[in-house]
Amino acid sequence: MKLVDHFQYGLNSPICLTWELTYACNLSCAHCLSSSGRRDPRELTTAEAKAVIDELQRMQVFYINIGGGEPTVRPDFWELLDYSIAHNVGVKFSTNGLKIDKQRAAQLAATDYVDIQISLDGATPEVNDYVRGPGSYDMAIRALENLAEAGFQQPKISVVMTRQNVDQLDEFKAIADKYGAQLRITRLRPSGRGADVWDELHPLPSQQKQMYDWLVDRGDQVLTGDSFFHLSAFGEALPGLNLCGAGRVVCLIDPVGDVYACPFAIHENFLAGNVRSPGGFQEVWENSELFTELRQPQTGGACSGCQHYDSCQGGCMAAKFFTGLPLDGPDPECVRGFGEQALAARGDDHVVPKSEVDHSRTKIGKNTPVLLQLSMGRPDRACETSPLAGMGASQSDSGLRVPVAGS
Amino acid sequence: MFDPGAPYRCSPQVSLRPEPFGALVYHFGTRKLSFLKTLPLVAVVKGLESHPDVHSAIEAAGVEEAQRPAYLKALAGLAASGTIEPR
Repeated sequence: MKLVDHFQYGLNSPICLTWELTYACNLSCAHCLSSSGRRDPRELTTAEAKAVIDELQRMQVFYINIGGGEPTVRPDFWELLDYSIAHNVGVKFSTNGLKIDKQRAAQLAATDYVDIQISLDGATPEVNDYVRGPGSYDMAIRALENLAEAGFQQPKISVVMTRQNVDQLDEFKAIADKYGAQLRITRLRPSGRGADVWDELHPLPSQQKQMYDWLVDRGDQVLTGDSFFHLSAFGEALPGLNLCGAGRVVCLIDPVGDVYACPFAIHENFLAGNVRSPGGFQEVWENSELFTELRQPQTGGACSGCQHYDSCQGGCMAAKFFTGLPLDGPDPECVRGFGEQALAARGDDHVVPKSEVDHSRTKIGKNTPVLLQLSMGRPDRACETSPLAGMGASQSDSGLRVPVAGS
Repeated sequence: MFDPGAPYRCSPQVSLRPEPFGALVYHFGTRKLSFLKTLPLVAVVKGLESHPDVHSAIEAAGVEEAQRPAYLKALAGLAASGTIEPR
């Protein structure tokens, strides 16, 4: 049996464990996969988080990916980072750069087993801030400057690929080279608030091919989180694990301790258990009903007759689920176009599954991206009594900008 | 150069995590993940330390003679990646 076949039946412990420490975030990215914004009062305490780290050490999970929300807004973030590293659980954390000032950068440069991933979804402020909010480009670049100045080795720049930034791939690479960073590109999923903007942001079919060709040329220099395996049906397999690892080699622990099959599947259908329950994380990983089911041999369903099934494996479970497609059918971005056919066949009255877990801010703030402001803005009414009628929320200091991307 | 006639050991910077197919290897120095794809290979790697040379560790793990070249090749790869080292 090939190694990848073993992976389908699940490993004793995850290889790629994402742990979102908080739902709190200073930004309100339009496509946030976890619908983050406000802290959840039930989030794990420092002591509970340390107990999870102890357990991961026992289970020989050698490194974890920490995210959020913005994980560094947790006051105990640095304490947990040190604790994890001291317990042989290396950390890669994702941040928008908020707290990476010169002092932190120097501290991080002096720490082993820590890796930093700065999120950037546009190679220019226009494209980035359109989805991540005003000022977020400058914040990320400042963090990269501080890390480079402190001598931090090879931080990652993490880019979610969208219709607006596919043409910027070479520019992203140039930014990474400039700051001694490594470029990481991942796939946009219709998860969290991503569901609201997926139709507008997800790459066009021609752009899928463009990304694939770019990856074939530079796959060895660029990380992908193995998230583009659905593109392998274009031809040769891309480097990495060409398999959906959900519940088999991958899982997510969310800020309140809920364990989901993957970071892109925050929905009750993919909830396996909670680390606070008896037996903790290990019990959930080893014995939960959901993970046991995911580790059964999968059939290709509607895709089983397709000659490309072996390379794409039917694509991404979360992408199918949150676009209302059956899990055993084609990925919505199936490179042979079967996904688009399936989307078109859903009918006008179809209902897309929506997660109950939503920590989005309800107010428009200065960091709210344009995209969100446009979709959340309440139309002015003739009977509005305020003398500012017609100006409304757009009076905020961010101003209301016309989208430059996607037009 | 890998010498199966010499004594070796699993690197102290390496942790082996048992898995159904063999083991997952994590090297704390290089931070690289790799895999030992069979259970006998895990036994060989673990046994290196208590044998005078690689050959006797292979025999002790019950590896069939016909399989020896494949195991030596795998072990040479593990030596190149720093998973095992001369002692």
